[in-house]
Amino acid sequence: MERKEAVIIGGGPAGLAAALKLWEKGIRDLLILEREDHLGGILRQCIHDGFGLGRFGKSLSGPEYAQAFIDEIIRNKIPYLTGAAVMGLTKDRQITVITREGVRRYEAKAVILAMGCKERSRGALGIPGERPAGVFTAGTAQAYMNLYNRMPAKEAVILGSGDIGMIMARRLTLEGAHVQAVFELMPHPSGLPRNIIQCLEDYKIPLYLSHTVTEIHGDARLTGVTVAEVDGHRKPIAGTEKRYDCDTLILSAGLIPDNQLSADAGVVLDSRTKGAVVDEHFQTSIPGVFAAGNVLHVHDLVDFVSMEAEALASDAADYIRGANFVPCTVRIRAGEGIGHIVPQKISAERDFRLSLRVRDHYKDCRIVVRQGGQTVASKKMKKAIPAEMIQMNIKAEKLQKEGELEVCVQ
Amino acid sequence: MTVTYDVVIIGAGVIGSAVARELSRYHLKTAVLEKNLDVCNETSGRNSAVVHGGFAYDEGTKKARFCVEGNRMMEQLSKELDFPFLCCGKVLVGNTDADMEQLRRTMEQGAKNGAEGLSLIDEKKLHELVPAVVGKFAMWSKTSGILDPFLYTVALAENAHANGTEYFFDHEVTGITKGEGYVLHTARGDFRTRWVVNAAGLGCGKISDMLGITGYRVIGSKGNYIILNKKLGELLPMPVYPVPSNTYMGIHVTPTVDGNVTVGPDAENTEDFAYYGVPQKKMEYLAESASKLWPHIRKEDQIRNFSGILPKWVDAHGAIQDFQIEIRDDIAPHAVNLVGIESPGLTAAVPIAQYVVELMKEREEFEENPSFNPNRKGIVRFAGRSRAEQEALIRQNPDYGEIVCQCEEITRAELLEAIRNPLGVSTMTGIKYRTRAMMGNCQAGFCQMKIERMLEQELGIRPEEVVYSRKGSWVLSGKLREEG
Repeated sequence: MERKEAVIIGGGPAGLAAALKLWEKGIRDLLILEREDHLGGILRQCIHDGFGLGRFGKSLSGPEYAQAFIDEIIRNKIPYLTGAAVMGLTKDRQITVITREGVRRYEAKAVILAMGCKERSRGALGIPGERPAGVFTAGTAQAYMNLYNRMPAKEAVILGSGDIGMIMARRLTLEGAHVQAVFELMPHPSGLPRNIIQCLEDYKIPLYLSHTVTEIHGDARLTGVTVAEVDGHRKPIAGTEKRYDCDTLILSAGLIPDNQLSADAGVVLDSRTKGAVVDEHFQTSIPGVFAAGNVLHVHDLVDFVSMEAEALASDAADYIRGANFVPCTVRIRAGEGIGHIVPQKISAERDFRLSLRVRDHYKDCRIVVRQGGQTVASKKMKKAIPAEMIQMNIKAEKLQKEGELEVCVQ
Repeated sequence: MTVTYDVVIIGAGVIGSAVARELSRYHLKTAVLEKNLDVCNETSGRNSAVVHGGFAYDEGTKKARFCVEGNRMMEQLSKELDFPFLCCGKVLVGNTDADMEQLRRTMEQGAKNGAEGLSLIDEKKLHELVPAVVGKFAMWSKTSGILDPFLYTVALAENAHANGTEYFFDHEVTGITKGEGYVLHTARGDFRTRWVVNAAGLGCGKISDMLGITGYRVIGSKGNYIILNKKLGELLPMPVYPVPSNTYMGIHVTPTVDGNVTVGPDAENTEDFAYYGVPQKKMEYLAESASKLWPHIRKEDQIRNFSGILPKWVDAHGAIQDFQIEIRDDIAPHAVNLVGIESPGLTAAVPIAQYVVELMKEREEFEENPSFNPNRKGIVRFAGRSRAEQEALIRQNPDYGEIVCQCEEITRAELLEAIRNPLGVSTMTGIKYRTRAMMGNCQAGFCQMKIERMLEQELGIRPEEVVYSRKGSWVLSGKLREEG
């Protein structure tokens, strides 16, 4: 058992940013564990641009964005292990890692969860029908194309208007596949407006809202899908079924924080975010275990992932040095119109940043944070959509030491 | 085709594979012809994977006799052949007086069949056995269990292969010519043989007709299932069934040997023996129906669904018949005809195979194969071992230190061994079922690219040649760019 001050699980954008910030704060005895052979995480396969506008003030590709961090990691000689799969995490912050060199074990003062997220699979979506080849999640198709140089489709239909799905619609088109349409269950797109324009409209790929795939056909390779319109309860409307002949169905219907490891360790998870319940320090229910980035809640932009991980690392550095955090006993609740919030617990004694998503499309609305009937913060918005994460800075001076906070849309 | 076989078995399901293994005890040149690209692709692998106790069948039937015999030998078989089997017991849960009466009848029938370890238990005992179940009393069958039907069939087939049996996949029998022995026609050549064994499962009626044994009416009974993720296995130490009717066991919840839970099956007659689609309504119905027994079925825990079709031999009135295992010396001598081998075929496979061999030996003397080895070893798994054992495996072979499928903790070493499997199966699903890679929560999202690349490299094939499951199930259309 090797002792470390900090072990970071995951070498994607969250893990890299956390490691650099810890280093900057003087924490030297740290280690990044990455299961793949390279640092960078999912950014490695995101070869499109649009990353880094918030953080670097210019549009970078995913690999370029990641490389900016990796260069710093290497320059500072920050220790990392690749090909290192973490297969065990305990409440005592003991970590078991499988590598080609053997089983390694670490005990860390602080563990930083930065495992990112996974895609909702066909099974999780419960799409009925046969089980042919040719059903891929968008990220899997993206990995085949951008990391493995393999073409997964000729004639494709996309279910879900998540960002990766739309980006893959364009990518497949550019590589010679034909994308017939994108179907979205909800009455509004689930990805960012810029992707609808740049990935669909520019390529004349139609987007059908309030539609879903009701059956998959084909006993060998996919031969087609049946698509139907859905009603206000998201149930298919009889008589609206239409068959699309295609050999590939790409699924882009949501991301879920990857918390298999956290759950095994006993970290309490939030049923809304599917990530850990955290306090204003990004500390989970297990003292010394922190979480940030997409493993905590799914972000829209990587820039926010990096910033969140840096905020985490600042506090984690204090924790490692023995700082006593004020207990976080004030809960925050997602009220009317709010999908989820992070953090879920605060001390009410220091300023914090609230991240949230709304449930529906709103125009000229106000995000209001209340405590005991008093409005403690509010943010006016011309437009609020579920696809975009909203952040608010909340001042401690406005807060009472007791009493739940409620966030809602007005 | 000049080669003459002593025996050709049609079908590499659990029955064909068990027959192949039993025949490999003798000095015979045996081949198995399978239309799919792997063993266990149809009925044998698409079921509840329960080792039945033998109480559910009428006294005196082959179903009852071979089920009880198969149940008794499963422990020994699992040791010889190294496949996962768990004698965990099962309960049939009831609530009403009518239920109690039916359970008493089932107990009596079981006793007549020779099924062991049956008892009626009260609510308290039931909840000791399965805390999370809803019911007032139950019949407990101590000797029932669960196995991995795919690995069981692979084990039988690999053992037969190691003892000399030849396997031919993608070889569908399209016709049979009778004369001096038999000539079996396939699109890839003819096979001459002295003996034929019809172990074609859903195709048993067709092959029976080709043999000239006409008149069997075989219907398909389709059942749908949902698979729940591994967390749920902890809440279900054994299969939980409702009280059965005479012909149908009812929708039940069953743990798998890997800790998942399957929910199903419903039962609906079908003419289409190749359509495995699961309709939306069925999935909802299954979850709703089984929730009355075991209220832990949530949508977010459903990772997959599947269906299976049982070939049932029925009479003119549609009544389901017993297993038919016959040699019609008058019409088709030297042809063993198996018709309507449905549930409990998985449990009964080896006794059925032994019976097949007995029927053959009544007509011909077989010389024993002195080098027959009943033992076979499966792929050494990494997951579930102590860290010290894992350390030792990695030291022996560093490929054990490379986790490819994170959800199921499957290593490169296991995947390579699966790709180099003795039967020469090269499909993605063949690798999946042999290792459990791609079966976890992410459903191959992160690992399938790596496995696809391993297949290309190991087999020296192009990306467009990689096959998912059945013939024609291409995974990729090619490369984006030529690789320099």
